[in-house]
Amino acid sequence: MQSERRQAQSDPVWMKWGLTATATGVIAVLVLIPVINVFAEALSGGIGVYWRNLFADPETRHSIYLTLTVAPIAVVANIIFAIAASWAIVHFEFPGRTLLTALIDLPFSVSPVVAGLMFVLIFGLQGYLGKFLRRDGYSIMPYIMAGIAAVAVIAIHSIMQHRQLPSANRKSHSCVIVVLSGVATFAAVLIIQLYFHIWPEHQSLKIIFATPGLVLATMFVTFPFVARELIPVMEAIGPEEELAALSLGASGWQTFWRVTIPNIKWGLIYGVILCNARAVGEFGAVYVVSGHIEGKTDTMPLRIEKLFQEYNLPGSFAVASALTLLALLTLAAKTLVERKAHAIHTRGAHTRGGIR
Amino acid sequence: MSIEVRNISKSFGAFKALDDVSLQVPKGQLVALLGPSGSGKTTLLRIIAGLEFGDPGSGLVLFHGSDVANYRVGDRGVGFVFQHYALFRHLSVFENVAFGLRVKPRRERPSKSEIRQRVMDLLKLVQLDRLADRYPSQLSGGQRQRVALARALAVEPKVLLLDEPFGALDAKVRQELRQWLRRLHEEIHVTTLFVTHDQDEALELADRVVVMNHGRIEQIGTPEQVFQEPATEFVMNFLGSVNVFHGRAEGGRLRFSNLEMHAPDLANGAEVTPLRIFVRPHDWTFETHDNGTPCVRATLRTVNAAGPKVRLQLVTDEGDVINVEISQERYGELGISPGSAAFLAPRDIKLFKDQKDLLATWRVAQDVTVEEERLLSPEGP
Amino acid sequence: MFYLSVLVLLPIMACFFKASTLSWNEFWSAVWTERTRAAYSLTFGASLVAAFVNLFLGLLIAWVLVRYSFPGKRIMDSLVDLPLALPTAVGGLVYASLYVPNGWLGRFLVPLGIQAAYSRLGIVLVLIFVGLPFAVRTVQPILEEIDPETEEASSSLGATRWQSFRRVIFPALLPALITGFALSFARSIGEYGSVVFVSGNMPYKTEIAPILIVARLEEFAYGEATAIAVVLLVISFSMLVLINRLVRWSRRYAI
Repeated sequence: MQSERRQAQSDPVWMKWGLTATATGVIAVLVLIPVINVFAEALSGGIGVYWRNLFADPETRHSIYLTLTVAPIAVVANIIFAIAASWAIVHFEFPGRTLLTALIDLPFSVSPVVAGLMFVLIFGLQGYLGKFLRRDGYSIMPYIMAGIAAVAVIAIHSIMQHRQLPSANRKSHSCVIVVLSGVATFAAVLIIQLYFHIWPEHQSLKIIFATPGLVLATMFVTFPFVARELIPVMEAIGPEEELAALSLGASGWQTFWRVTIPNIKWGLIYGVILCNARAVGEFGAVYVVSGHIEGKTDTMPLRIEKLFQEYNLPGSFAVASALTLLALLTLAAKTLVERKAHAIHTRGAHTRGGIR
Repeated sequence: MSIEVRNISKSFGAFKALDDVSLQVPKGQLVALLGPSGSGKTTLLRIIAGLEFGDPGSGLVLFHGSDVANYRVGDRGVGFVFQHYALFRHLSVFENVAFGLRVKPRRERPSKSEIRQRVMDLLKLVQLDRLADRYPSQLSGGQRQRVALARALAVEPKVLLLDEPFGALDAKVRQELRQWLRRLHEEIHVTTLFVTHDQDEALELADRVVVMNHGRIEQIGTPEQVFQEPATEFVMNFLGSVNVFHGRAEGGRLRFSNLEMHAPDLANGAEVTPLRIFVRPHDWTFETHDNGTPCVRATLRTVNAAGPKVRLQLVTDEGDVINVEISQERYGELGISPGSAAFLAPRDIKLFKDQKDLLATWRVAQDVTVEEERLLSPEGP
Repeated sequence: MFYLSVLVLLPIMACFFKASTLSWNEFWSAVWTERTRAAYSLTFGASLVAAFVNLFLGLLIAWVLVRYSFPGKRIMDSLVDLPLALPTAVGGLVYASLYVPNGWLGRFLVPLGIQAAYSRLGIVLVLIFVGLPFAVRTVQPILEEIDPETEEASSSLGATRWQSFRRVIFPALLPALITGFALSFARSIGEYGSVVFVSGNMPYKTEIAPILIVARLEEFAYGEATAIAVVLLVISFSMLVLINRLVRWSRRYAI
């Protein structure tokens, strides 16, 4: 938009100021006053009390520690997924491509409580996998580990292979190699684990009411954030630049690190910021899977609720203020990234930023 | 209705879009505002429309002799056709055209059946009556352009203003719409101003052409006037291609490149130097031998015979590059090829002093040595 | 693809599968009691009211942010996103404390007879808070994209400012407004974290559907909880489909 408003778009002065004042008022009452209130309440007993509320209580301390564990795991897992998914969606035509795009949005529309419930149904004591997990839970670990290794090998392979300039007969050929190497890795990793008995046998693996459940629930709720930001950016860039790099003789890895990553950098950072904010603050889903075991499965938002129920308002606000601070930092970072990204791509892909 | 613009200036920040511009458009004329982008032509059109205002205290816009400063764009009785048409995309073609009638205050608003009649008449006029129920997204560029025009005409404007009306269309549609607009103007005869950067469009369509540059009007005149007697170097340059030489006039003789000719009328002034001398590519007579006419000697370098005219590029021993256009027949007669020696006699020369004022125009008749035809006053028209 | 199906598809399948093990009567008696009916109607009622309020607030704030320049505009633009960044629990906590009789805002409102804490009004308020960014951020880019020439055209044809708004701008914004409404509504239906703080969770009165699910879970009534969850899931999916349709519909006139 040009700096000077067009004549036909300008409103009368009274209307302009009236609307601006109303909007400012709405934002103040709905957003600004609550934020100030959080800090005011938290600090109402003085800095010393605030500090004690935040760090002296072992359970609060543990909740901070737990949040700092769960959120990064979920974020990292989602980053990897998002890069792979968006890359695949943009670069390949494969069956279920539209389905994949639709599925990515799904967690947005599922109530967090329902999300948590779904995990309880699967992994809980009465859940479908509950009995099995309790009897011999760790026996699935070798398979999971082998699976992860195989997927990693396939991913690396396909980055190296598919980044060759397109040629028809090579494609089917390399496909076979990729699948074979995946299968081989899976088998190898699996056999090694089984042979050396890495995982304890006949012990119950707790997922629900334990940290793995928290991580899973958080992953579910937050995983659309990064992917949603990356897909439009990748689509806007298209494969031409990568092909250009390949035609200039760059290898698959070089292309990935020197062309793909710099191009999606801002979109990625933006998505990570949003994803992280949500991961730290997630309440509903985590509430259902955590079982509220004090000092064990309480994340910070859950701790706020518990302190609130115990009428320990100052303590509750102290934890809340820490999260609010994080939210404000998130906003600042987000604004900064938006401006940076906007400066780079004048037609920013971030106009829809923050939506859903 | 006649339009008069008096001493209007307009700045956007530090950028001066219009610098003390004055202009008169007589009733019923079709006038082109011609200039490169950034010359202020669109700004001038928007100020006339009332979409923008000149700098405070800078001047007046008069419609039919009365100041319209206090009239909003909707009350000025102008029909404005936007460069990108600005059609309402959620309304059908019919509703787009009817818009101006439907938003009239209740007392002035025509009845439903009258609106229907008026809109259908207009759509017939622009030959779109069969597409009345379509939406803008279902139309071609040329059709959208005509809807925009019909929409502007629906409110029976006394002045029609068009901003780059054919700018976004491809060459063929452009050509068709140009002729169609000319016919339409003859039919409805409403005072019309249009902005364009295409000199052919301006010269072909307009009764008068206003050439603008850097927020100033360089020349106002009929298409013949601005083409044949450009007031400034800019106009000369902008309307078609030219060959430019640096030259001198002294003692009644004019010199440029390796040509020297008799120029008695330049003698009454003092020596004028430096001079800038313009000859259009089609204003040269190409000969393969010296026939005594004053001429530039050059060597043919390249030939491009594709198109109605043959375009030649020549170079003199002094290193001047000269572009010449000759007819296909003449090219056939001459039988020349790159490397041939050439003798170029200018038929029409324009001299400019200080990059600005036209000093003289010569028509050099064939066979006669050097005959001065006309000398314009140094002030220009 | 694998990751996606483990993380998303499997849980949803499990949910439906579990619900399908209930007999029709069991299902029906779980999802259709007086208490659940009260919870549904509160969930929908409050979400609808909040979404409607957000429809207007979204238009207002987007308009102000796009059309006017004033000191503090950038800060305001950033603050709109705060409800997205702020953990819902924090939002709920602070709303609960603001509107109690000695809270910052309750101090003025309670004497006037306005009870916003532990009441339905409080639920609506937090839902407005939670849905606000969606309403603003769907309208804002569309408003920015409206070609100024369109308004100039309208005004050159004699339309007043109000006519231009009603006949040209509003129809162009309508799809975005509806989408914003739907997004804000969808978000409100599933919202739990903030509501649990302000509602007081009184059955029949201020108990919303997600809270009811949690209550059933805490009674280890997994079947019933799942049944209610399925109802919510179906609604969410239909909202998702609806929103996608809306987005496509809004592009129908695109040139």
